[in-house]
Amino acid sequence: MSVVGARRGVRIGPFSWPVRWRPLLLVVVGSALLVLVMAVNIGLGDFPITLGQVFDVLLGGGETRHQFIVLDLRLPRSLTAVFVGAALALAGAIFQSIARNPLASPDILGVTWGASVGAVSVITFTGALTGSVAEVGIPLAALGGGFFFGLLVYVLAWRKGIEGFRMVLVGVGIAAIAGNLTTYLLTVGDVTDAGRAMVWITGSLNGRGWEHVVPVGIALAVLMPAAFVCAHLLGALQFGDDTVRGLGVRLNGARSVLLLIGIALASVATAASGPIAFVALAAPQVAVRLAATATPPLLGSAVVGGLLVVGSDLIARTAFGGFEMPVGVVTAVLGAPYLMYLLIRGRREARV
Amino acid sequence: MAPRQRRRRLVGLALLVLGLAVATIASIAIGSKEIAFDGVWHALTSPTGLEDDVVIRELRVPRTLLGIAVGIALGVGGALMQGHTRNPLADPGILGVTHGAAFAVVLAIFTLGITSLNAYVWFAFLGAFVASGVVFLLGSSGRAGPTPVTLALAGAAVSALMHGLVSALVLVDRQSLDAFRFWQVGAVAGRGLDVLFQVLPFLGLGLLLALANAPGVNALALGEDVARSLGQRIVQTRIIGITAITLLIGGAVAACGPIGFLGLVVPHAARAITGPDYRWLIPYSGLLGAALLLVADVLGRIVARPAELEVGIMMAVFGAPFFIVLVRRKKLVKL
Repeated sequence: MSVVGARRGVRIGPFSWPVRWRPLLLVVVGSALLVLVMAVNIGLGDFPITLGQVFDVLLGGGETRHQFIVLDLRLPRSLTAVFVGAALALAGAIFQSIARNPLASPDILGVTWGASVGAVSVITFTGALTGSVAEVGIPLAALGGGFFFGLLVYVLAWRKGIEGFRMVLVGVGIAAIAGNLTTYLLTVGDVTDAGRAMVWITGSLNGRGWEHVVPVGIALAVLMPAAFVCAHLLGALQFGDDTVRGLGVRLNGARSVLLLIGIALASVATAASGPIAFVALAAPQVAVRLAATATPPLLGSAVVGGLLVVGSDLIARTAFGGFEMPVGVVTAVLGAPYLMYLLIRGRREARV
Repeated sequence: MAPRQRRRRLVGLALLVLGLAVATIASIAIGSKEIAFDGVWHALTSPTGLEDDVVIRELRVPRTLLGIAVGIALGVGGALMQGHTRNPLADPGILGVTHGAAFAVVLAIFTLGITSLNAYVWFAFLGAFVASGVVFLLGSSGRAGPTPVTLALAGAAVSALMHGLVSALVLVDRQSLDAFRFWQVGAVAGRGLDVLFQVLPFLGLGLLLALANAPGVNALALGEDVARSLGQRIVQTRIIGITAITLLIGGAVAACGPIGFLGLVVPHAARAITGPDYRWLIPYSGLLGAALLLVADVLGRIVARPAELEVGIMMAVFGAPFFIVLVRRKKLVKL
């Protein structure tokens, strides 16, 4: 343990905070990598574009045909990947900090499974319908399902306040209901619908355009600053309830606001891409180890989450020949070994 | 121990045994084919090869016995898992057992074209053992040995990896998806006594190890340092516990497919009665698991007559609300 008092602080007017280099480095290096991987992802495809040309177009220049491919086809997909990854990771970091449990994530708290129930019902019961119904209906149903089940957990866990342990257990119950409803729906329809539903459940970025970027982008633009404003509360919530009260934090208010932010982020992200597996669980845990902090760093987790999804998308698109894997398959296969490596290497086990 | 608490635990145990007996009778007597009680009695005592006799002896009795065995295994495995990770979210599958088994089964379907339940059993076992071995090695590779946090995270990572590979295979191959989606729900129906006998030795050994492990888990619950100072061999206790979990959950998954929820929830419900002592918690969890699984199975036959709903689905959809009520009412024993 390093002594907090020995850290140098920065003071601007009435605000002051300690400088920590590793979290900062994680964000800077991570963001640079993020831009690079995004550019590579945009450049690769049936019609290859060099990195220089990609940056030309992104900065406002470039040839017209490149502009079309980059701006209309490939950029929205990459942006969706980054935004969804960041939103899921942020939600995961929030849930893990509040529940003080590294296994807490939107999957366990009912949000993603709730979204799956919504989306898979639409796929199963309107199987023959494609086109506009599927395009609009699936994300909307997912959004509704995610919000509904997330809020249900929140409401049912409320008993003279929100308590981490009770919330987690109620979440387990609700997630079990939603998860099994989804599994049941998979067995109801014919195998073609089951296949489409599986793709959605795994999480896919195929054919994502600006209409997917905009909602997630807006949600991030609103909710991410809100999360940062509440970040100091998150720091306090890592301690026991009595200590938190002793520190002068309004426990229920702080938890409620953060939880609602987390539920909203996870629902919107899941609606855009399906529940991309493992990002919400792994990204905060990877970030906390890379940054060597006590609780998952919010911005660091978001960067790692974005990087994980966009990197996975790159592999999912290009590594399997003509066949395109759903990105959720790759996030787990890419993210899990890295988390394992960090676990093996970890000398000092950070507790959440 | 206060005598009142002891009496309460004993009375609770007696009630649980009674409940399990009632559930067993219901599971044999109730089904999509209506058979009166004297018909059931006739089938059990002096079968003459009537259609009813065959239904009872060939279908319902194996199914019930399998349900009891698997319910005990899942309940006990879940209690042990939460004790070793000290994490209320750790379901027995978190060791990678469930997803490891699923991966092995899908691989068997995909590469060898195997589609018989009896053959799945061995592949599921193999996958379960390899996955939980990897999780244990990963989780204990840090300097501190196997700690609750590293075990849980290693389990989550391996599970996610396996799940990713399963999704990949299933998405590539339509036939695997079709076979897999029915295995995945988890069911006790359609398995004969031979499946039960295949896994019974593993379940029995796992149960013995689990009971022997209980005092050790009690010590671990005080924290590793205290446990060590009490003379516990921590790594040895962990190895025994994890072997027991793998045997129990691996056997259950091999026989029935992944039945979630039960292993996660039953220990919490049992803990509300027994308190944190694992010497009581483990038998309670086992009995409660068996009773709950049978009740869910019977309900699944009633609600969708003449068809059936799989036990895993019934358990979550009808068990979870009860669980939530319990969580809200009781002052919970924290891990």
